[in-house]
Formats: sequence, structure tokens, C-alpha cells
Amino acid sequence: MTADAKACATRGDRLAVLLPVRTSQPARLGNIAPGVTTTRPWRIGVALVATFVGSLALAQVRGVPTQPGIVELLVKWTPLLAKGFLFNVLISIVAMALGTAAGALLGLARLSLFAPVRGGSWLVVQFFRNAPWLVLLFFVMFLLPFEFRIGDTTIPFPDWLKATLGLALPIMANVAEIVRGATQSIPAAQWDAARSLAFSRQQTLWMIILPQCIKRMLPPWMNWYAILTMATTLASIVGVSEVMTLTGRITNAEGRTDLLIPIYSYVLLWFFAYCYPIAAWTRRLEARYAER
Amino acid sequence: MAPRPRAEARRSRTVDDVAAWFQWLHRSSGIKLTIFYDSYDRARYLKGLATTLELSAYCLVLSLALGALLAGLHGSSVRLVRGFVTAFVQLFRNTPPLVQLYFFYFALGPLLPRVDGMPLLGSFGWAVVSLTLLEAAFAAEIFRAGVEAVPKAMVEAAESLGYARWQVYRQVVLPLALRVTMPAMTNNLVNLVKTTTLAYAIAVPELVYMSAQIWSEQVNVPEMMVVLLISYVVIVGIINQAMQWIEVRLAVPGFGQ
Repeated sequence: MTADAKACATRGDRLAVLLPVRTSQPARLGNIAPGVTTTRPWRIGVALVATFVGSLALAQVRGVPTQPGIVELLVKWTPLLAKGFLFNVLISIVAMALGTAAGALLGLARLSLFAPVRGGSWLVVQFFRNAPWLVLLFFVMFLLPFEFRIGDTTIPFPDWLKATLGLALPIMANVAEIVRGATQSIPAAQWDAARSLAFSRQQTLWMIILPQCIKRMLPPWMNWYAILTMATTLASIVGVSEVMTLTGRITNAEGRTDLLIPIYSYVLLWFFAYCYPIAAWTRRLEARYAER
Repeated sequence: MAPRPRAEARRSRTVDDVAAWFQWLHRSSGIKLTIFYDSYDRARYLKGLATTLELSAYCLVLSLALGALLAGLHGSSVRLVRGFVTAFVQLFRNTPPLVQLYFFYFALGPLLPRVDGMPLLGSFGWAVVSLTLLEAAFAAEIFRAGVEAVPKAMVEAAESLGYARWQVYRQVVLPLALRVTMPAMTNNLVNLVKTTTLAYAIAVPELVYMSAQIWSEQVNVPEMMVVLLISYVVIVGIINQAMQWIEVRLAVPGFGQ
């Protein structure tokens, strides 16, 4: 609630004030305004698992007795799928680390007092935020060499690392936006107060502004992590053997049409199980920080 | 009628000039932008662009309708309905869009009956279905937030003036909610256009797919990549500008800055 809205409320609602929209900032995956989940989070999970198990049971019952059952097949392939999924998680963690490091620098560049740096970083951020992830991924996959040569040593540059770099680019731009947004949300009076206490600009940034920003940046940052995790499946399009690629190979190897729905739901469920808790946690942190 | 042939001739001369310039560029520097001088490649590129825009338009309209419906159902007094809406929204928001697309196309696709030996829904149809459901989950959240942002006092005022329930909704709540949600809607539309690139994975002939065909035949990957990136940045830029224009036009005096 803004100060104005609060003042109105205390005056007994003399003015009908349009309340601020409660969607969270990137207004994308995960983040939902507090109060939306009237049902408890775990109930959704339970309901989804129940639906999945129900459909499995149905497929099992309808299956031909001579063939192995659907459940058996899923159990048989679970270790491979788990390996693939862990690969996705690995890609997401590395990409997030790279994207965060680069994005923090880019975000600070957007605060620069030097206009060309500010303008340049704005351009970079706009470009990488507005380009589709898949196109960026293609860009990096096709245009980077598969190995680097430094002197006599050849450093291989595997596909998955290239895909990770490609995924880190949009994350970088969005993290930069988060950094900028958070620093802007700090009242200008703090900058003035710091200056009056003879803090240099660098000191103000490092010792006063940024420490307060960390807390504000955490929820949107986590939100982007969830988005990134879901985007790691894009790597399958450019030929990295992650969980989607493996799923395709498994369905080809088994060659059974009745396996398709269960196995794709199974993969969906894996992602849901990983991303939904992050989203729920993000929401909780947001609600908690909003109270202050 | 007299000036028309001349204008046409002038235009075709400009096209020829552009083509000639890009051919010269190819000869002198090796930068191979075939879409500017090869009519077949140009047609492919434009077809891809048209498909991307068409896909976005279909998904936009359908997802707004479905999103509004879901937002309405979320206010239902029946708990089961509310739970269903929440589960739908959470499921689509917390699973990868690409897996959703594959699920619809590869898992549900074969189940549909065939009409004259052709599947009822092709890859384009399934892309529309999948992206619509995904975007509807986001649109529903945005609508709900917008409706919640309209103050109760306004609804009560309208009621006390004798408005019926649906009139309050149509003439008071919706117009205000629409305006509040505009920035989030812009964001959503941009994301929708960016998400249509996923349709590449199920061979919908959209911009990425067509560009990939061009670059694999002409072996001009870097050039087409740049064209592709610029195309999307331009589309998104136009959408942002247009939405901002609409937002300014719709602004109600006295609200916001």
C-alpha cells in the first residue's frame, strides 16, 4: 500500500483510490500475488500426483498382458531420466551463476555516472531481454567454436557448456534489471544522507545501498532461477542430451504409443516438483518482505 | 490512373537497387543476406514472419478469453472449481513450456481422430492449443490482480446507484481493471511472441524454422542469426510502443502518475 492509499484509508475512504496491482515484478512464472493460493500448496501437489497415479493405473489396466506394464517401464527408465534431470539442474545452476555475475556488473554499469556506459548497458539489457531464448541459444551454439586453442593446448568447448552460456545471456540481462530496480527502490534521501556524512559514491553503493538491495533482489532472482530451470529443456532442441532428449529416445526405443502420455506427464511432474517449491518459497519471502 | 505504373516502376526499381546492393555486399565482403535478393528465400522469410504473427495473434485472442474465464471461475463459490483453477494455473506456470508442447503434440496428438487420413490438428494447431493454455494461466493471474485492484468502495457506489451485478462488472470493474493490467499485459504479450519460437521444435513453419531452412541451404548462419535476432527485437519493440500508445490513450485522469 502506498503512503497515499494509507492516508486515504485512515481518512475513512473519502477517495476511492485505485489500489496498486499486486502482480509481482517480472509477472512471469512462479510469482503470484499473495492471497491467490486459497488452497494450501501441498494440496495441489497431492492432487497432481493423484491424477498421475490414476492415469497410470488406467493405462496399466488397459495394457496388453504380454507386454510389460507402464509402471514397470517408468520404473525401468527412472534412473536414466533422473540422470538427465540432474543434468538440467546442473546447467541451470551454472547458467544462473554466470548470469548473476555478469548481470550484477551490467546492473551496476546501468547506474554509472558516465553516460556512454549507462547507454551502452541499457542497449545490451534491452537487446538480451527482448530476444527469444531459443534464438539466443542458436546464436551461441552455432557461432562459438567447439574448441579453443591457446598456444599448443586445445580446450574443448562442449555443447552443453555452450548451451549454458546461451541460457546465461537472458539471465544476465534480467538480473541487471533486478539490480537496477532494487537500487532505484531505495529512497533518494539515503544517497543524500550518505553524501552529507562524507561517504564517497562507491562507499555509499557498497556499504549502504547494495546491502539493503540484496533482500529485495532475492525473490525476483529466485523467480528467474525457476524460469531458467524450465528453459533448460530448450537445450534438447540444440542437441544436448538432457531430460527431454532422453525422453524422446526412450519413447523411440520402446516404440509404444500408450507410453507417451505417462512418460511426458512424468517429466512434467519432475519439473513441477522442482519448480513449484521455489515459486512457493519466493511468494512467502515476498509477502514477508512486503510487510516491512 | 496515370501515376500508378510510374509509382510501381519506381518501387520495383528501389527493390532492384536494394537487391543489387546486397548482391554487391555479398561479392565484396562475403556477407550473404539472400533474403534481400533471392525471391525464394525472401518468400520463405516472409512466410515465417507471417506464421509467427498469426500464431501470436491466435494465442493472444484465445488466451485472453480463456484467462478471463479462468479469472471469473477463480471467484466462484464452489471450492472444487476454485481448486481446479488454482491447479491449472500452477501446473502451467511451473512446468517447462517446451515439455507442455511436446506433451500435447507427441502424447495427445496421436489420440485425436483422423479426418480423411489427416490429423485433426496439425503442428500449428497444437502449438496454438499449447501456447494458449500456457498464456491463459498467466492472463488469468493478471486479470485477477486487476479486478482485485479495483476498490470495493467503487463497486459499492455503483451498486448504490442501481447498477446490476453484470453492469457493475462490465461498466465499472472491467474498464478500470483493464487499465491497471496494461503493463503486465504488455509483458505477457512480449513473452507470448518470444515463446512462439518453441513451435520450431514441432516443425511449425514460423520465423525460426524458416530461417533455419534458409541458413542450412545457403550456409549463411551468422547472417541469418543476426536477421532473426533483429526481427524479434523489432517485433517486440513495435509491440512495446503500440501498447504504450494504447496505455496513454486509455489513461483515466486522476489515476497513476
